[in-house]
Amino acid sequence: MIHSIVLLPLFGFVISCLFSFFKSDQTIDRITQIVTSLFISISAILSFYLFVINLSDPQVYKFTLFTWITSGDLSVNWSLYIDAVTRVMLVVITSVSALVHIYSIGYMSHDNSKPRFMGYLSLFTFAMIMLVTADNFLQLFFGWEGVGLASYLLIGFWYKKPSANAAAIKAFIVNRVGDFGLALGIFTIYMVFGSIDYQVVFENAEKFNETNFNFIGYDINAITLICFLLFIGAMGKSAQLFLHTWLPDAMEGPTPVSALIHAATMVTAGVFLVVRCSPLFDLSVEASSFVTLVGASTAFFAATIGLVQNDIKRVIAYSTCSQLGYMFFAAGLGAYGAAMFHLFTHAFFKALLFLGAGSVIHSVHEEQDIRKMGGIYIFTPLTHAMMVVGTISLMGFPFTSGFYSKDAIIEAAYLSDAMFSNYAYFLGTLGVVMTSFYSWRLMFLTFNGNTRMEEQKFREVHESPYVMLIPLFILAIGALSFGYIFKSYFIGGASVEFWDHSIAIHHHEHHHIPFLIYYLPAMLGILGFIIAWYMYLKNTKLPAAVASLNEPLYKFLLNKWYFDELYHYVFVIPARGIGKFFWKIIDGYFIDGFGPNGIASMVLKISEKARSIQTGFIYHYAFSILIGLSFLITYFIFVI
Amino acid sequence: MIELNQFLILSALLFSIGVIGIFLNRKNVIIILMSIEIILLSVNINLVSFSYFLGDLTGQIISLFVLTVAAAEAAIGLAILVIYNRNAGTIEIEKINSLKG
Repeated sequence: MIHSIVLLPLFGFVISCLFSFFKSDQTIDRITQIVTSLFISISAILSFYLFVINLSDPQVYKFTLFTWITSGDLSVNWSLYIDAVTRVMLVVITSVSALVHIYSIGYMSHDNSKPRFMGYLSLFTFAMIMLVTADNFLQLFFGWEGVGLASYLLIGFWYKKPSANAAAIKAFIVNRVGDFGLALGIFTIYMVFGSIDYQVVFENAEKFNETNFNFIGYDINAITLICFLLFIGAMGKSAQLFLHTWLPDAMEGPTPVSALIHAATMVTAGVFLVVRCSPLFDLSVEASSFVTLVGASTAFFAATIGLVQNDIKRVIAYSTCSQLGYMFFAAGLGAYGAAMFHLFTHAFFKALLFLGAGSVIHSVHEEQDIRKMGGIYIFTPLTHAMMVVGTISLMGFPFTSGFYSKDAIIEAAYLSDAMFSNYAYFLGTLGVVMTSFYSWRLMFLTFNGNTRMEEQKFREVHESPYVMLIPLFILAIGALSFGYIFKSYFIGGASVEFWDHSIAIHHHEHHHIPFLIYYLPAMLGILGFIIAWYMYLKNTKLPAAVASLNEPLYKFLLNKWYFDELYHYVFVIPARGIGKFFWKIIDGYFIDGFGPNGIASMVLKISEKARSIQTGFIYHYAFSILIGLSFLITYFIFVI
Repeated sequence: MIELNQFLILSALLFSIGVIGIFLNRKNVIIILMSIEIILLSVNINLVSFSYFLGDLTGQIISLFVLTVAAAEAAIGLAILVIYNRNAGTIEIEKINSLKG
């Protein structure tokens, strides 16, 4: 069963790869779509089954497939290691992936390279499953790079669009920074522990708690260093502050990709990594507080940008970034269960929002600017209803999934006395208002009010086909009910048995949380809703007035805190300058000048001279023969 | 009695005239052929005079061979010249430089 969960996506990928070599026609497209969707759906059902049967009586499954690398002391296996964390991830990955596969049948119906698209999706799913089922860091790294590759391919899927290519390259390069950190982290782990197997590392973690590295005169704790480096990798993948710039640009890809990769699964790989390494992070106060700091800052920062963006997908992208920040600060504060819980629920409601946005984009003929929408709920009632479900779950409306998970995180921040916990609590609470506000702003601008579309286009707005709507219904069920159903396993009374030592769990003595604190996030969410309602439906002149009143702030947020510009001046321009210097001066002038080009031009000059000796006149040749002869004779006469 | 030296000097003079004739003429190829002929003749004089003064007939026989070769050479050279003139329309030395690199 476990093997088929892992291998079916790979088969799907291989089959659609083979099919993509044929000339694309209706039958081949249909076959690949059905085969890949079917495979992933089976995989999803099996994962869900595996998840459910292990809810109260968890087991750890471990299969070694084969030995991958043996070199000296280093021995790396290719294996499947399924514990509670992996099971949660598997459910998220395969179910969202299956729904996205099905949804893509509708969404990509006008595209003419469907087998390629389905193949990439399956490849991504396989790589992501490899990432989460690894039992050592190297296999994790393989999956990590595999999802990076699939993400690159899918962002640049419409490779004829220059902006899509640029976004794909940007995503790859920014991720490289993080991956470099992750690779260094793995090297350090091997250096300290002499092994990169999870089991060995986590069991021996406490022994090396006092080990120090000497680095240019500073003593650095080995565990702290490892955690820092791993977290840099996580920051890159999960688009945390400073390495987040690729995520909004990644929205150039097709919307199902954004839902699968940039909302539900790949970007949560960083959270998964931190949770997986919770035995290490638990030992290092410094690294954990750094995680908290970065997570809380991202949660706040991305939410502020989301307030003013006008592209429907970018708003949701910043929202993803912000929610990932929540997961990280929960992990940083030691509430790994809450982080995983939010990861789990977030996957469903965010995928729902993204697929809903895709449905909207499909309905309004590839328009993404929410300023050019409005009033379309009459034509798209089902999409509208599903988006409302996603939004109330995201804002944390009581008894939806988002309510439980976000509440758990904010409570954890409230109860924790770790470093930066107050900072995280404050920014997290503030983030709740903003989350609700920008989500409802998006909803109102898209669906309600008077339309700002052209008359002609507005009349052509149509509801999406059922193949796109059914995945939305299923996700909506998840977004509404999974929080309630699974909360006791993830964070409640049954959590210790559920996680079964796969994550570090802290036993809080059950504090009594004041009623006000408990319902504060929900109330703040409703406050955000009211503000959005007032600004975008009641008094529609207000947003422009607020924007012009706070012109610099508005500009600052609209330009995403000028991060892209900052990086342009700090990294891109110097890098280009250095590149140009080495290209023009070092390579072009010195190496080419004295190397190949120099020798070539010297040969040319000399041969030019030599050529002019050959006058072509017989008597010149005869003369030189004579001179030579007389020299020879003189030599023989006088010397010998 | 004419001595060997005088023959050798004559021969050397003729040789030099031939050599100089090859380099210094700016006119045409026939003169080069004539100069080569003079060089060969000067060699012949050498051979014959050594043969006479040393009392060895071999030199004179070789000079007969040289004469034959010279005749053949002149015939071939002139034939080439005629063909060349037909192809290139000139036998002026200044214009014959197709060996130029």
